[in-house]
Amino acid sequence: MGKTVLTGKHFWYGDIAIAEGAIAAGCRFFGAYPITPASEIAEHISRRFPEIGGVFVQFEDELAAMAAILGASWAGVKSMTATSGPGFSLMQENIGLGIMMEVPTVIVDVQRGGPSTGLPTLTAQGDVMQARWGSHGHYEIIALSPDSPQEAFDLTIRCFNLAEKYRVPVILLTSETVGHSAGKVVVPPEDEIELVYRKKPKVPPEEYLPYEPDKDLIPPMACAGEGYAICTTGLTHDERGYPDTTAEAQERLVRRLNDKIRRHLKGIVDVEEENMEDAEVAVVSYGQVSRPAKRAVEMAREDGIKAGTIRLITVWPFAEHIIQKWAEQVECFIVPELNYGQIYLQVKREAAGKAKTILIPRMGGELITPAEIYRGIKKVSKK
Amino acid sequence: MIGQTTAEELHPMDKWLRSGRMPHIWCPGCGIGATLHTWVRALNKVGIDRDKVVYVSGIGCCGRGSGYLNVDGFHTTHGRAIPFAVGLKLAKPELCVCVISGDGDLFSIGGNHFIHACRRNDDLLVICTNNFIYGMTGGQLAATTPSGSYSTTSPYGNIEHPFNTPHLADAAGAVYVARWTSVHVRRLEKSIVEALKMKGFRYIEVLSPCPVNYGRRNKFPKVDDMAEWFKQSSIIRNGADTSEVQIEMGKPLILGNFVKRLEKPSYHEAMKKLEEKVRGAVAVKK
Repeated sequence: MGKTVLTGKHFWYGDIAIAEGAIAAGCRFFGAYPITPASEIAEHISRRFPEIGGVFVQFEDELAAMAAILGASWAGVKSMTATSGPGFSLMQENIGLGIMMEVPTVIVDVQRGGPSTGLPTLTAQGDVMQARWGSHGHYEIIALSPDSPQEAFDLTIRCFNLAEKYRVPVILLTSETVGHSAGKVVVPPEDEIELVYRKKPKVPPEEYLPYEPDKDLIPPMACAGEGYAICTTGLTHDERGYPDTTAEAQERLVRRLNDKIRRHLKGIVDVEEENMEDAEVAVVSYGQVSRPAKRAVEMAREDGIKAGTIRLITVWPFAEHIIQKWAEQVECFIVPELNYGQIYLQVKREAAGKAKTILIPRMGGELITPAEIYRGIKKVSKK
Repeated sequence: MIGQTTAEELHPMDKWLRSGRMPHIWCPGCGIGATLHTWVRALNKVGIDRDKVVYVSGIGCCGRGSGYLNVDGFHTTHGRAIPFAVGLKLAKPELCVCVISGDGDLFSIGGNHFIHACRRNDDLLVICTNNFIYGMTGGQLAATTPSGSYSTTSPYGNIEHPFNTPHLADAAGAVYVARWTSVHVRRLEKSIVEALKMKGFRYIEVLSPCPVNYGRRNKFPKVDDMAEWFKQSSIIRNGADTSEVQIEMGKPLILGNFVKRLEKPSYHEAMKKLEEKVRGAVAVKK
């Protein structure tokens, strides 16, 4: 057997860090369809899984890959897929099924420029709202966005932990810039990596209801072949998993599917705040844009401008309480992103007129520079 | 009195049924019930532990079947039953994973998954209840509707050519291919038993009446007319060349066990072999 957790220091591309993060998290089923700039994840796993005893399948398309990772998770195995915009669009169908059946799994979206085939080899952050609302119906989703290969490794593990804990598909919303940047990645010893596993039923099969939630709104999960005769469906269903297509059942189920995330917002949302104590201007960013944002704030501080950064490590659910809190203090939020304003609108909504919100957009293709963000800060600050 | 009789006493196959879910949604004259009954009889005969049986279905009338049987049942999205089942089976190879779904689900929206699973030789038993039509949504044209047939979206007659699904499965590399009808339950049962004992991608097409949404628009007005058609017009030709079993109105329906390939390794077997090879190489390197 090959080594599962490659404890030590490495110089890895973000995509490789994601693959190794998944392996360290205990992922043993990976299904995907090749796509730039995510293919390195599949390539790396196709090499690693036979060594450690995981199942790698290159599927006929992303529809199949997404369906298969749900099936694998129902067999009790941690599963993942990786794709980019066009494939992510195809996966929305079964992301919805994952939400409805409450299946822990991880989807990596290495964003590239869109719409459509767009910019296959160049970066963007255009899928933020697709990650949020891409499948039909009203649901809550968890999406994390790393800014470096190290964080790509760390957050992949966190994605699995959140998926297992809340019984939901979790999205690692990264981008070409992170996927194709090489950097130092420190992999901790295996016993220092904290892993979470889905709750199992504590009652015998005859008393088990697959969709009867505990107080935390999350139902314990029996898997296939464990003797529980699971009944599950993408249709609106009752606690037994039986289809119940009535308004009452819809209200009860869909409300719970949303509330099980909403009620745990503070445990899920992770942000990094720097220089915010006295900040009058806050740059709100996520993913790779956080790096030029940090530099821009340093430049502003050198000029004596009271600027700070709020980095959204969790993009979804949105850090509404954080923005609401800082809206009481700052005069302005600046939101640089590689789209025409997606998180910007969220920030503006939570700022609720208490602070100005300014967008620094770029359609993708290349990163926003520190100088551009710095100019934005300069413009709104009094100095 | 029925109320005082246990399920086991009512019918020997009732242990496979979620009796609490009855009545089912299927129409009188539908062939899905007979097909599922035959499937559980075959499982019983082979002696497969009920806890190890997984039933994956897609969308449509047949899709609802996974919720009626007392096994692990997964009612998935339209067309995706096969890839969902592929993931489940590879992740837990000791399970007996069966996909039972309709022709629209498996051959229109799910057609690509079907041929690729045949090609990879995924370890699944796939049963298609082919009723020539989209039954649940009210009788629209399917990829299996015979040329000339009427449907709600081919009101002047079907100008398309239907799939010959056993030929498709054969050409794509399935290791077992058969066709029966829901009235040929004994032969179907034998066929399922044979398939259950094999590994790899096994495909059985079961022609199934849909009196409500196919029959009444296509000169089979009475509830049992389609079943009668299957009985009267079928010819059993085991080992027939699958290119010659296309269904055409006015011509005999060719039934039989057509293909049996024993030499092709399943995806899982190939994967295990690869693992051994890679681990051997890893050990040597050290």
